[in-house]
Amino acid sequence: MKPARFDYYSPDSPNEALELLGQYGDDAKILAGGQSLMPMMNMRLVRPKVVIDINRIAGLSHISPRPDGGLAVGAMTRQRELERSALVLETAPLLSLAIPYIGHFQIRNRGTVGGSLAHSDPAAEIPAVCLTLDTEFELASSAGERTVKAEDFFLNHLTTALEPAELLTQIRIPQTVGNWRWGFQEVCRRDGDFALVGAATMLRLDDRGICLESRITAFGAGGTPMRMNAAENHLSGSSVNADDRSEAARLVSDALDPISDIHASAKYRQDVAGVMVRRALEQALLPMEGEDAA
Amino acid sequence: MVQQYIGASITRKEDERFLTGRATFADDVKLPGMLHAAFVRSPHAHARIVAIDTTAALAIPGVVAIFTYEDIADLAKPIPVRLYPLPSLEPFLQYPLAQDKVRYVGDPVAIVIADSRYVGEDALDVIDVTYEPLPAVVDIEDSLRDETIIHEAPGTNLAAHYVVSTGDIDQAFRDAEYTRKERFKTNRHTGNPLETRGMVVAYDSGELTVWGATKVPHFNREVLSSLLDFPEEKMHFVEGDVGGGFGIRGEFYPEDFLVPFAAMRLGRPVKWMEDRLEHLIAANHSRDVLCDIEIAMKKDGAILGIRAQVYGDMGGYIRTHGSLVPASTAGLLMGPYNVPAYECGVHCVITNKTGVGTFRAPGRYESCFIRERLLDMAAADLGIDPAELRFKNLIQPSQMPYNAGRTRADGDTIFDSGNYPQGLTRALDQIGYAETNPKRWVDEAGRYHGIGIATYVKNTGRGPYEGARIVISGTGDVAVYLGITTMGQGHETTMAQICADSLGVSMDAVTIYHGNTDYIPFGGGTYGSRGTVMGGNAVHLACQNMKERILSLASTYLDTEPANLVLQTGEIFRKGTEQGPALLSLGEIACLAEVPGSNEEGSGTLETTAYFEADQLTFSYGSHAAHVAVDPETGKIEIIHYVVVEDIGRAINPLMVHGQAVGGAAQGIGATLLEELVYDDSGQLLAGSFMDYLLPTSTDVPPIESIVLEEAPSPLNPLGVKGAGEGGIVATGATLANAVSNALAPLGVQITQLPISPNFIAKLLSS
Repeated sequence: MKPARFDYYSPDSPNEALELLGQYGDDAKILAGGQSLMPMMNMRLVRPKVVIDINRIAGLSHISPRPDGGLAVGAMTRQRELERSALVLETAPLLSLAIPYIGHFQIRNRGTVGGSLAHSDPAAEIPAVCLTLDTEFELASSAGERTVKAEDFFLNHLTTALEPAELLTQIRIPQTVGNWRWGFQEVCRRDGDFALVGAATMLRLDDRGICLESRITAFGAGGTPMRMNAAENHLSGSSVNADDRSEAARLVSDALDPISDIHASAKYRQDVAGVMVRRALEQALLPMEGEDAA
Repeated sequence: MVQQYIGASITRKEDERFLTGRATFADDVKLPGMLHAAFVRSPHAHARIVAIDTTAALAIPGVVAIFTYEDIADLAKPIPVRLYPLPSLEPFLQYPLAQDKVRYVGDPVAIVIADSRYVGEDALDVIDVTYEPLPAVVDIEDSLRDETIIHEAPGTNLAAHYVVSTGDIDQAFRDAEYTRKERFKTNRHTGNPLETRGMVVAYDSGELTVWGATKVPHFNREVLSSLLDFPEEKMHFVEGDVGGGFGIRGEFYPEDFLVPFAAMRLGRPVKWMEDRLEHLIAANHSRDVLCDIEIAMKKDGAILGIRAQVYGDMGGYIRTHGSLVPASTAGLLMGPYNVPAYECGVHCVITNKTGVGTFRAPGRYESCFIRERLLDMAAADLGIDPAELRFKNLIQPSQMPYNAGRTRADGDTIFDSGNYPQGLTRALDQIGYAETNPKRWVDEAGRYHGIGIATYVKNTGRGPYEGARIVISGTGDVAVYLGITTMGQGHETTMAQICADSLGVSMDAVTIYHGNTDYIPFGGGTYGSRGTVMGGNAVHLACQNMKERILSLASTYLDTEPANLVLQTGEIFRKGTEQGPALLSLGEIACLAEVPGSNEEGSGTLETTAYFEADQLTFSYGSHAAHVAVDPETGKIEIIHYVVVEDIGRAINPLMVHGQAVGGAAQGIGATLLEELVYDDSGQLLAGSFMDYLLPTSTDVPPIESIVLEEAPSPLNPLGVKGAGEGGIVATGATLANAVSNALAPLGVQITQLPISPNFIAKLLSS
């Protein structure tokens, strides 16, 4: 478990990093928190010729409010910082709810938002949450910058819209406050493992409890986290009662075509994805602080 | 009153250096000019080796040498069996390097010696081995068909088969009012000590030193001497601090020949530290047992007989533990019960997987699961409470010692002492069995709750002998040299406790030395919960001898009879005046023991070596109980309450016994719910890293209640002790499987194989 030989760069500025990326492209790997890259290198599953360590670049780690009420999060922000951020809790409570499911706190101390997104494990929490929250990704290269929507960012298993010369610098999360409700559920073999399967949901309800907008994401059930359109459509306009929730769960299970591995069969993932969706919806409808348990 | 050390929960002497990071493990040994080893391991489960091209690898700067079978051919001998040998196993033994065939993924094909492990792994990338793949055999039943033969010479995949029996089994089934037949399977998994295997070997001035030795260094030295054709007296096996053993670490593996061979051949020290990827494919696997079992009973629940066939999946070669895993499964399959008739066929089956050896309570974890599950099924069929069924059949204290008959190939199984019903009662009380009615229910969240129990008996303290040498210096310091080794058990504390009490000195005066073949000429090592039974009694015996010698020396000097003197807290007193001034110190007596003509103070030595012999085993016993809750929609299991009850005769250090019990239970919970070395049909290991081989973490293990009993000291040794290393794990599979089966019984679930994963539960629920 020793990595193959590689060259190591530790740029001080984004421009320097982008220059190196432009120069080495596919031969280079960005080192963020290193929670996935280092084991993969040690096992020689990946053998980059060049490792570009962006930990010393100033300005890539921040959680800032945006004028539209949303949130900007720097790619190098540690997961633990999100977990402890009052601003995240106020602006994007689903993210606060999901973060503790990532590994253990030691891992979150090191793991970054950008690292998780760029690695794009289909069972990871941050990609699922970003997809649910309609997050936008800011990608930079020496040629310029572009913005990619979450729905266009995750392409396949460990594959994103990032070009070889591009660096994910920041994400923009729209605010989901007011009449939004949220739920997040996953099942794993052990606490802290990647989920066997999981679900995230956001519901916007009117005063009478009618669903104005619903978002449902299943993760660990395909090559990427996936929005479950049929279930979302079913819930919109409904009162999200027990029958609606069960129907949404059924629609989700029907829509999925997951893979089997040694930890869970495709059938398990398909069935339990529905259970996770149903439970996430139930969780979303639980009375919030200050509400009557009507 | 003099302080009693035995029985006191003294914190461990060795912990200071462990907790402050000052311990010295194998990897901490660094020698000038040291090289590093890496191994070419087969990527195929079964293949013929056509050619090995090392040209490109040898051209890499820093690659010093590459050895293949050709290089060791002159010396090549198979690695011998240490325990549970059978003549028919011989043709299935493993050579240090594969000759013309590989038989499991991980089979060593070549050893690379390089300036660093990094360069060594670079060499592995470019060594070109041409294989001709052969069909892989990964299943016991497939293997038994002998359609693909793994070892050509014997011409069969069945490496051994024998039958043990006691009583009239046919009569038992003729008399039966109830029978039930089931098939059980235990999951292939293994021990994962925090410190993987590893060693540093130096060959200098005709002497060979191996750092990183543990478990059975004297035996391994003998094996290496034979394989290298090099005299044992010139070999020094040195044990440093060790990060866990669990049966896996310290056996003689191919690497234990190859690294010393390379060091001798090159004349430079060589280090090899196994990484976790290697550990999971190269170190022994365990537990992979299939069992067909049938029980004959009366309608009132009385057991008449048990007959079974046990098939052990041994992997590609028979390793140092011989037939132990399936043999031990059969050996205690009848458990702590009155079973008048018993018959069991034992089969050692070769497959294209990593070789099998022991893992904490080998065979007994398996047999406990098999038997205790079957008893619960029978109890349900007969409408008898599972606890009541067990009480009805448990061997009673009045029957001790109890001869269970010939359940092993090498002799009868004789339980030395015990109050087995008491062991169960304590577990039931602790889990609140009587008050919990019914024993299963569904909570508001829809989770299914159930209580499960299991009882066990476990042989410990294997002989034939163990030694201890005691040297008292002129400073009054007592040095104890052990034949046993220490992989983390805390012998530096327990053995000092025994020595202090047995000799009559302060524990602070005692220092324990272990694991070095230079300390003592013979040592049996540490395995099978034998450390305290064999090593502890050897220390006790040596102390008795030493005390006699001390009193004799003192009495001559003081011109009195030994009977008039006592040795207490390291000083000699006249009997009856132990409060008064001491007559002599231990250091002064050591000086008296000097050879004439050399009277310098502090240079004296007082020395004795004793061997404790045992031809019978001590049997620990007890029960586990668990309360679990199962989510029927996800298959997730939560352990709400877990109780371990274990009688070990006499606890030298209760704190450490609890530690053993809790650690064992934690390991068993992982083994039962999480761990499995899964192979695909082509013989590839799919759980080859800790991403997929799931060890329990601190968040997966519930608080475990450990109750240590001292109801039945062993009559077989002066200290009355039994081994305490395995009682915590032995019944975990049985207990959790019973609890889950009980919880889900209304849904028709009966667990007959392990591990109990969420996916497995979901599958059972949907079928």
